Amino acid sequence: MSRQAVRPINEMSVSFPALSENERFARLAVSGFLSQLDPNIAELSDIKTAVSEAVTNAIVHGYRETKGEVSMQVRIFGGGRITIKIQDKGCGMEDIEKAMTPLYTSSPEEERAGLGFTIMATFMERVRVKSRPGKGTTVLLERTVQGKQRL
Amino acid sequence: MTELKTVQGVTVALLSGELDHHTARLMRCEIDREITEKRPRRLVIDFSGVTFMDSSGIGLIMGRYKLMNERGGSVTVARPPVYIKKVLRLAGVDRLAPISDTLDDLLPAEDYAKEAERIEQTSGQTN
Repeated sequence: MSRQAVRPINEMSVSFPALSENERFARLAVSGFLSQLDPNIAELSDIKTAVSEAVTNAIVHGYRETKGEVSMQVRIFGGGRITIKIQDKGCGMEDIEKAMTPLYTSSPEEERAGLGFTIMATFMERVRVKSRPGKGTTVLLERTVQGKQRL
Repeated sequence: MTELKTVQGVTVALLSGELDHHTARLMRCEIDREITEKRPRRLVIDFSGVTFMDSSGIGLIMGRYKLMNERGGSVTVARPPVYIKKVLRLAGVDRLAPISDTLDDLLPAEDYAKEAERIEQTSGQTN
């Protein structure tokens, strides 16, 4: 398959300070934008949960609850394909594989369950993570939305 | 939001709204204060009013399990909606805390609410 650039049908970008109050806003922004695909309740719930994990990771681990900005980009492609990019310019990760190990957390005292990436991988079809220590982390979530009509 | 009630050694924490990293902080503080003060033998966390939950909810359950376990008590997860069950199953929460679809048999027999209801019904009949 040629790696021809596929243009999104629609897209939106939003950025917000790394405040825990904004975790809810991020979920609502994504579900509001995706409402044009008429997702069913299960799909919307899965997507909101995955977004919540990625945004919380950026706030808790990326910025370690200090000041910073989280940016989010949602794209809609043909056939109900969506991508959600969540990016921070925080501390980044030395070892992505270790961070993605189920039940591993660098903040046990904060009662983090270490399941963020497991949830993202289960609730989305594809998760890609790019990270550089001192530069930040980008998480790209992908899946197809069937929607109510196509069920 | 958290509504707490302790009757005969059983604390019921009725959670409502969205449970994420932001809201979990206050919820766990309130639950822990009740546990520390009332020293129940069982904690029932009622999820029936929770409209969203991510892994922060798992952290909340695991943390309360640890606290109750240290005191020789237990935790039960009650009435989780379908979308929350998916996260609970993924995390294997039932290995620590049993999941129940009902509050029946979890509360003490002479629960205040039931008692109050009975008294009300009785007084209604006599009138």
